[in-house]
Amino acid sequence: MSKQRFSALSLLRRSLGGHRSWEPQWRKSEPKPAYDVVIVGGGGHGLGAAYYLAAEHRVGRIAVVEKGWIGGGNTGRNTTIIRSNYLFAESAALYDHSVKLWEDLSQVLNYNVMFSQRGVMMLAHTVHDVQVFKRHVHANRCSGVDNEWLTPEEAKAFCPPLNIDPDIRYPVLGAALQRRGGTARHDAVAWGYARAASELGVDIIENCEVTGIRRDAQGRVEGLETTRGSIRAGKVGVSAAGNTSAVLSLAGVRLPLESYPLQALVSEPVKPVFPCVAMSNTIHAYISQSDKGDLVIGAGTDAYTSYTQRGALHINMHTLDAICELFPMFRRLRMMRNWGGIVDVTPDRSPIIAKTPVPGLYVNCGWGTGGFKATPGSAHLFAWTIANDAPHPINAPFTIERFRDGHLIDEAAAAAVAH
Amino acid sequence: MLLIPCPHCGERPEIEFTYGGEAHLVRPADPSTLDDAAWADYLYMRTNTKGVHAERWRHARGCGRFFNALRDTTTDQFLGSYRIGEPKPALSMGEPR
Repeated sequence: MSKQRFSALSLLRRSLGGHRSWEPQWRKSEPKPAYDVVIVGGGGHGLGAAYYLAAEHRVGRIAVVEKGWIGGGNTGRNTTIIRSNYLFAESAALYDHSVKLWEDLSQVLNYNVMFSQRGVMMLAHTVHDVQVFKRHVHANRCSGVDNEWLTPEEAKAFCPPLNIDPDIRYPVLGAALQRRGGTARHDAVAWGYARAASELGVDIIENCEVTGIRRDAQGRVEGLETTRGSIRAGKVGVSAAGNTSAVLSLAGVRLPLESYPLQALVSEPVKPVFPCVAMSNTIHAYISQSDKGDLVIGAGTDAYTSYTQRGALHINMHTLDAICELFPMFRRLRMMRNWGGIVDVTPDRSPIIAKTPVPGLYVNCGWGTGGFKATPGSAHLFAWTIANDAPHPINAPFTIERFRDGHLIDEAAAAAVAH
Repeated sequence: MLLIPCPHCGERPEIEFTYGGEAHLVRPADPSTLDDAAWADYLYMRTNTKGVHAERWRHARGCGRFFNALRDTTTDQFLGSYRIGEPKPALSMGEPR
């Protein structure tokens, strides 16, 4: 990355040149006839997996095929929250692996992903919330993940806009705070991985939808049929979020997934007013402020499975009711845009990063409503799994077979979105 | 918000309904005779159809009855609904766009 390396000096030099000397950050590639590994899905998870395959596993010929444009799916549609305060040891290890990679990702990629450890505060409104969050705090500390309990007054001190009036419908009884949690710039994650992967020779092929998975006489994957022609592939890794079921059905693999729309919205931009990420599972709201100034607000999933990337207005209204109650200063703020992404939800709300029954075919899916936070860790472990044809110890529990064998990792309480 | 055709009450707004997931999944008559893979397939594996999906709904804040509906999951357009116990209609009633 010599020519395009970002530094204070390179920014200064190019600004003196009127910013006319910047080049495209990654190559737009045409599909070649054959690759060692093809990743299906050009979101953060897929681009990251391609990057780690090239950077850490020295795989020679790698392509990422994306049916739309890179980062145009859930990578560009989430609320950018990063945390690792999940209940079970397996999950804490998985998500904390990711937080650790986030911490120096900008340096590793030489691309500013704007990771900000501003703290993620989860609000408790009922005695049951208090009990379950305290259990999370203790479990996290046993797993070496930071998480602490705050009284309502301490929560207000950490997040001054918070309304801790005991007379509201669901008063704040306390909060669990993970100080290492925070946010990052979602698009920059896709762009940073794409740039770094492209620099290492990965072909990024957009507008290329997979229409078939070719297998040899023994059943092993040997290539893909796409809307841009046939591509031979030694191994195929599918990282297609809400469309994973559809892609893997091409190889006859059934998965424990259902795809739901998940909505989010942003307000008009305002001066810095909100210092952290606040989440409420019980009355369903989560909110942070982007560096651009808009409040980023996450709503819930719609009730029904869908691939439409949009949802119903009443879901957003429900979330805004909760936001207005918890943060009354936002009652007159106008909302600018809302959108939906299609999230692939497993029955136990934990992901799958695993081999499939088809040799040479791997899958990274089931991130449900919380995949963005896991992007670097998920990509890193998926690359390991593909390169070694075996899972890394951290993702070894996250198989498809856990549903057959009864080893579920039930994170329904830690996944903040009601679904 | 979707308008959902209840076969008993006609079209009503989505907030009157609860969703029941994929339709026509039949609980095995004697689960103890199944192996783990077959039982997991019934419990957890779903087609997650991209296209015309047969699904259960309940008109919870209306007549209270369950029914099945056909909906295109790529457009959210309902193609029809039918009562519990009735077979899944053939798709000549209207192909999705």
